[in-house]
Amino acid sequence: MSKLYSGAEIVFKCLEDQDVEFIFGYPGGAVLPIYDELKNHSSIKHILVRHEQGAGHAAEGYARSSGKPGVVLVTSGPGATNVVTALTDAYMDSVPLVCISGQVPTHLIGTDAFQECDTTGITRPCTKHNWLVKDVKDLTKVLHEAFKVATTGRPGPVLVDIPKDVQFAKTNYLKPKKENKIANKLHNKFTQNELDKLIDLISKAKKPVIYTGGGVINSGPKASETLREFVRLIGFPITSTLQGLGAFPGDDNQFIGMLGMHGTYEANNAMHDCDLLINIGARFDDRITGKIDEFSPKSKKVHIDIDPSSINKIIKVDLAIVGDVNEVLKSTIKKINKKQNGFKFSNKQSISKWWEQIQKWRTKDSLGYINSDKTIKPQYAVQRLYELTKTQDTFITTEVGQHQMWAAQHYKFNKPNRWMTSGGLGTMGYGLPAAVGVQIAHPDKLVIDIAGEASVLMTMQEMSTAVQYNLPIKIFVLNNQYMGMVRQWQELLHEKNYSESYSEALPDFVKLAEAYGCKGIKANNPEELDVKIKEMLDHDGPVIFDCQVDPNENCFPMIPSGKPHNQMILGPNDKKENKITGKGKALV
Amino acid sequence: MANPKSAYSIPTKKGKLDTHIFVVWVDNEAGVLARVVGLFSGRGYNIESLAVAEVDATKNISRITIVTTGTPQVIDQIKLQLKKLVPVHKVADFKREDKKVIFKEMALLKVVGNKKKIEKSLKACKSFNPVILDKTKQSVVIQITALRREIDKMSKRLKPFGLTSTSRTGAIAMTRGSEVFK
Repeated sequence: MSKLYSGAEIVFKCLEDQDVEFIFGYPGGAVLPIYDELKNHSSIKHILVRHEQGAGHAAEGYARSSGKPGVVLVTSGPGATNVVTALTDAYMDSVPLVCISGQVPTHLIGTDAFQECDTTGITRPCTKHNWLVKDVKDLTKVLHEAFKVATTGRPGPVLVDIPKDVQFAKTNYLKPKKENKIANKLHNKFTQNELDKLIDLISKAKKPVIYTGGGVINSGPKASETLREFVRLIGFPITSTLQGLGAFPGDDNQFIGMLGMHGTYEANNAMHDCDLLINIGARFDDRITGKIDEFSPKSKKVHIDIDPSSINKIIKVDLAIVGDVNEVLKSTIKKINKKQNGFKFSNKQSISKWWEQIQKWRTKDSLGYINSDKTIKPQYAVQRLYELTKTQDTFITTEVGQHQMWAAQHYKFNKPNRWMTSGGLGTMGYGLPAAVGVQIAHPDKLVIDIAGEASVLMTMQEMSTAVQYNLPIKIFVLNNQYMGMVRQWQELLHEKNYSESYSEALPDFVKLAEAYGCKGIKANNPEELDVKIKEMLDHDGPVIFDCQVDPNENCFPMIPSGKPHNQMILGPNDKKENKITGKGKALV
Repeated sequence: MANPKSAYSIPTKKGKLDTHIFVVWVDNEAGVLARVVGLFSGRGYNIESLAVAEVDATKNISRITIVTTGTPQVIDQIKLQLKKLVPVHKVADFKREDKKVIFKEMALLKVVGNKKKIEKSLKACKSFNPVILDKTKQSVVIQITALRREIDKMSKRLKPFGLTSTSRTGAIAMTRGSEVFK
């Protein structure tokens, strides 16, 4: 007779078998047996957050920067409901999370017991799958399946709800058996014929563009390598979504910047005018496409994605290739090299005119802004931060809003997994806890949260976590005293009625930092900015950097919603020179 | 035109709506129906009717039949989204006009009235395999199996004969011939 283990022990045995090193969590009544067991498992370290949402985002930061699933442990009721935002965020951005939640004992389920909620009911639409484990005998199987569901195919969050009596109950621990229920519905379904079609389209294209997304990052660091090889081989211009930044080097000449609502002039015009569009691991999000029926009207469209439901969801494509990005690209490169040795040269020639056009668009310098020597322009702050950190392997997280877009526009990423931002759900308050998770995964690397003052206050309490675990995260707050993106929309679309977008009574961030036991730095003007940034970087410990920026700055360029890619609003620089066209005016 | 001040795009052209019948084989486990139905409500798809029951007790498989309407793109999405659910084994979808597939619904009709009216009711139901499940001097409960629109029609026709209550199932489907959907 083999040894009997309690449910709580089984939880840890499963985590050990899954090589979990860190759990982000917060204890409470319904998970106490699991917390009681923690001390017996030295290979697993628990990171105590200050709010369950923080645990979820920290696990997301951990997962996105390391490629491993993030593990979250919360209690029943409020513990579970607090983590819902993070689960939804992870679901939208395809981040692998395994959330374990405590539940009231099985005999109390459905009685409105203390701290009871229908956790699996609440989290059903925001997880890939979830389980309520009512019998300890099912626990092993469920936990291992949970990891599998979270990490295979298109990754995402899962939740396992474990009633307290199940945590106490005893049973055998069985090593996981192979299950093929999930395996058979995922992964590479592409055919050689499809790759031939892709190569044919590539060889015929005169105005091609490659549009990559988070799928490349999720496919692993190898996929980014393969993508670089592929893009250099065929010589096409490449643009990226917010989530795909870093898959291709941001300072490479073939990279034409981010596309979409706040993308570059050249990227969006290339999308609009191209004759071949190759989407690699992106999902035609509405921030990317603009007006659907005028989206890239002249192009043949190819979509490479691991999730079949992403294909034809928003944009009808001419060629769909369902599979893992790395596998598809590797096979394509192999085929190109084998098939047509002279192919790369001939094709690059036929698109040289296209490149000339792109260079013309580039001269617009759409990310340009009018700098000032009196006030710090937020774009300037991000540029300086980039210049002063680009020699290091830096990890950037962001909150959500104008600062996020400026970070995406002006910070150049050269490696995957270095850029963690909430794109799909757009969760203000994501960046600080995410930075905590990133720093846990990479203790010796520089981790900066480029933040806005409104966003960062939503999860500010996690500074306490950073201090507790000596995590030297740098919170770089672009403080414009407004919910900047809200203010920008109000300025452009609601006749400058700045309804509730100004935060009065903001805290003194330097004092706030000190109250948390970390360092606070404030920069008031462009002259002192560099010195202060260096001071931040030199400090061995967490820092809150209050960067006082121009409160009236807007984020340009911009595609107003409901407009196609070639009708962008450009920044003030452009307006001064060209006078905004009649069409452009109507948009505002 | 929708509000141009929205931060979202304006809805554009809508395609033609088709009615489709989805047959979904799922693990018969707690919450599985909620997952399927939640997917429909969460993504704004219609459910016209729904029928669900276990069909294989040893393998623990239930069969869910859903009648829905949508543009071809939406129908495609429904199918792909259903396939992503972990407890879903396979998904079949048929156009309602598909001649290779049999669709049936069942209805129980209670008619309260005199003998003459009851007889008239029974006669009216004749072509829909009527079965008399219960009969008294003043009432009858008739079971019929037919297509949705036929049952709709019968409900109307029986009203003057004293139809007092109707209970009906969702549609269920089966392919004709020896073919089995894999």
